[in-house]
Amino acid sequence: MDFIRVQEGDFDITAEYQAMRENNRDDGAIVFFVGQVREMNQGSEVTGLYLEHYPAMTEKSLAGIVRQARQRWPVLNRIRLIHRIGQLHISDQIVFVAVSSSHREAAFEACHFIMDFLKNRAPFWKKETTEQGERWVEALQKDQDALKKW
Amino acid sequence: MRVLFFAQLRERLNCDSAELDIELPALVNDVRDALIVQFPDHADLLKDGKALVAINQELVNNEQAIVCSDDEVAFFPPVTGG
Repeated sequence: MDFIRVQEGDFDITAEYQAMRENNRDDGAIVFFVGQVREMNQGSEVTGLYLEHYPAMTEKSLAGIVRQARQRWPVLNRIRLIHRIGQLHISDQIVFVAVSSSHREAAFEACHFIMDFLKNRAPFWKKETTEQGERWVEALQKDQDALKKW
Repeated sequence: MRVLFFAQLRERLNCDSAELDIELPALVNDVRDALIVQFPDHADLLKDGKALVAINQELVNNEQAIVCSDDEVAFFPPVTGG
């Protein structure tokens, strides 16, 4: 069961975790990751973050990444993936990935895999507000290199 | 044909899309060259490796991929979500 959503509003971890657990007798492992807005980035103090996306492509791209994870780890059961867009502030939650499986290995790995591919393939762009003004966040080589392990 | 732009590419080119006078089908590389002719001051942002390309909302990592007349084509900077 896949749940994929791109939204402006915040998400509630408790409700998301509950959705992973509800009527679920099959899974022994639930792994989840939350990304949040950091105050320091690339040497400057960040005061806000705007997330632009390519609406027609975003959910399609996320669904493709989830499909790839399922092909790689057929044992995966539930997957929930939420990414926020629009204006965010320091410490706001940006992204949520939850994966459940009968055993922990596949859930840990698939959660990591989904985030690594999302970072490199999903059409989101961050624009930071700093004391020096606005700037687009540069893509990092380390994020691209992260794909090599898969 | 029309090409869509996003993020800093959209801001630097000062438009969210452009009409290109190019015969289709064409290669991604031909579309890229035509964009550079139309926006010569921003060639650095449009060249291969700087601007990613999606055809019908799918990333293509192949300059020889074919663009047809009904395709939705977008150029944008490397992505920074997550």
